[in-house]
Amino acid sequence: MATVTLKDVRKSYGAVNIIQGVDLAIKDREFVVFVGPSGCGKSTLLRMIAGLEEITSGDLMIDGAVVNDVPPDARGLAMVFQSYALYPHMSVADNMAFALRLAGVPKAERDAKVGSAAKILQLEKLLDRKPGQLSGGQRQRVAIGRAIVRQPKVFLFDEPLSNLDASLRVQMRIEIARLHSELNATMIYVTHDQIEAMTMADRIVVLRAGKIEQVGSPLELYHYPANTFVAGFIGSPKMNLTQATVRGSHAGGVDVQLPGGGVATIPVEPRNATAGAACTVGFRPETLAMAPEGPMGGKVAVVEHLGGETLVYVDVGDGHLVTVKASGSTSAKIGDVVRLAIDTVEARLFDAEGQAMEPMNRRAIAGLATAAQ
Amino acid sequence: MKTKQRDKIIMTFLGWGVAFLVFFPILWMAITSFKSEIDAITPSLFFHPTLESYTTVNERVNYFGAVINSVVESVGATMVCLAFAVPAAYAMAFYPGRKTKDLLMWMMSTKMMPAVGVLVPIYVIFQQLGLLDTWTGIIAMFTMMNLPIVVWMLYSFFREVPKEILEASRMDGATPMQQMRLLLLPLSLPGVMSTALLSIILCWNEAFWSINLTSVKAAPLTQLIVSFSSPEGLFWSKLSAASLLAIAPILVFGWLTQRQLVRGLTFGAVK
Repeated sequence: MATVTLKDVRKSYGAVNIIQGVDLAIKDREFVVFVGPSGCGKSTLLRMIAGLEEITSGDLMIDGAVVNDVPPDARGLAMVFQSYALYPHMSVADNMAFALRLAGVPKAERDAKVGSAAKILQLEKLLDRKPGQLSGGQRQRVAIGRAIVRQPKVFLFDEPLSNLDASLRVQMRIEIARLHSELNATMIYVTHDQIEAMTMADRIVVLRAGKIEQVGSPLELYHYPANTFVAGFIGSPKMNLTQATVRGSHAGGVDVQLPGGGVATIPVEPRNATAGAACTVGFRPETLAMAPEGPMGGKVAVVEHLGGETLVYVDVGDGHLVTVKASGSTSAKIGDVVRLAIDTVEARLFDAEGQAMEPMNRRAIAGLATAAQ
Repeated sequence: MKTKQRDKIIMTFLGWGVAFLVFFPILWMAITSFKSEIDAITPSLFFHPTLESYTTVNERVNYFGAVINSVVESVGATMVCLAFAVPAAYAMAFYPGRKTKDLLMWMMSTKMMPAVGVLVPIYVIFQQLGLLDTWTGIIAMFTMMNLPIVVWMLYSFFREVPKEILEASRMDGATPMQQMRLLLLPLSLPGVMSTALLSIILCWNEAFWSINLTSVKAAPLTQLIVSFSSPEGLFWSKLSAASLLAIAPILVFGWLTQRQLVRGLTFGAVK
């Protein structure tokens, strides 16, 4: 059992506020990913949970007990660092046993624990090596092994895969996900890579400039981003965010005028949308299709063939490119004039401040309960 | 190709020339020490080698007593110095405050003052505390003298150790003492060793304080050389013999550890 709760947690260096009031409740055995652009404070937040950075104000609770002033080792956490931070002069086995050795655990017990962790991570043959003799992926596994040996309440990962090459990263991603289900542990994972966040998280916390932008399951964030920042950050290729103008609203939703002259009705609660107001419409590339009757129009600027699918970038005016995911066999060519049809149910409307308007008939996302804070 | 070869030859000669220039005084001193006092005043290379001076030196002073004093004082001071400097450098390297850089500069600035400027107060303090001509006194003095440079060197070596390694050990439950003993010292061992070697050499060669603050009991080798300089005029060959005896141990020590020393001193600079 391990829950982590943050209550209005803040961090400032002098007048600079790095973390500006974070509230978050992480459930037992949950895999939570902090994601955001560099400099958003995600690593700092993780280090505050770890106890490596002081908390300026607010409460950090682990299993309900406030641990603001508890030293790192007494919090029952283990951390995997981006640079692995292995002890270079110690063997793999000594690296993994270091915490136990400091805690005065007898040698036989240490060896048994290291042995079982090594087994989980397939490190048995490497136990006598020094970190310098290992490959990047192996070092990463040792760093994870060092964390496992301590049987922590919570695992913390600080961008653990960013030093690995692309193929190894995919492999380690799967291993960490597998480990999460095997160890039944609470995990907090920091990354700037939204694909890692999407693939591994039970819940994603999107951070920007020291504030939480949105918390939710990957699909929730994907389908119902709370604002344009989340909309643009989650998903690859990115969601198209197109400037538009509100024409009016009615029971069926909000009418917006799109670039290229067409009008579409987006089924969202109109809230404070008034005619003439600026707004942003978000379309996922897969919800657009090239069709002669579509409300949006433009000229094909770039075509990327990925094999199974094709990304078509359409210039809808003023150089604003809209990405359309088309089939691999599409005949679109650069310079073609096309019209784009919109799946309005899947389109999202954001007000002038970039906040999402609540979609009507928000559907439940398969298998994942809404966990909005 | 030709010019390259010629350049190489010129550089080689130049290198040897500079090395010879630096080494010459020591060579001449060594030669002089084997001359008789009469031969010593002429700069001739042809003489009857004699151990006369060495015998006289040995009769007049307690050479081995001075060696022991030098060893105890330089090694002792270096150990005390490290005991203070390691924690200080650890704190400054891994938990720097806004004034850490200023503090380091200030420490260094104390080395810029001529020692003679504080001779009188130090002498009086030592006299009052009964530290004159004692191991304790000289070790305390040498420690204070070398502390700034030792802290500086250790600080720069410790900064080479990735911060995350110590953070990882904090997560593993290592106390600051354990972090230093189990991680920092083993990881920066070449640097710590060369710092210690340099400190020992600086203490060994130190003359000003040892001459002023010791006389017999705690007198190191530098004091021994001085005792051959003045009273009856200069006796070159005896002075040379005493000097060579004084520097011989540290010369051998330096020779044996030069690889370590060079590696430590260029550590980081070439990285």
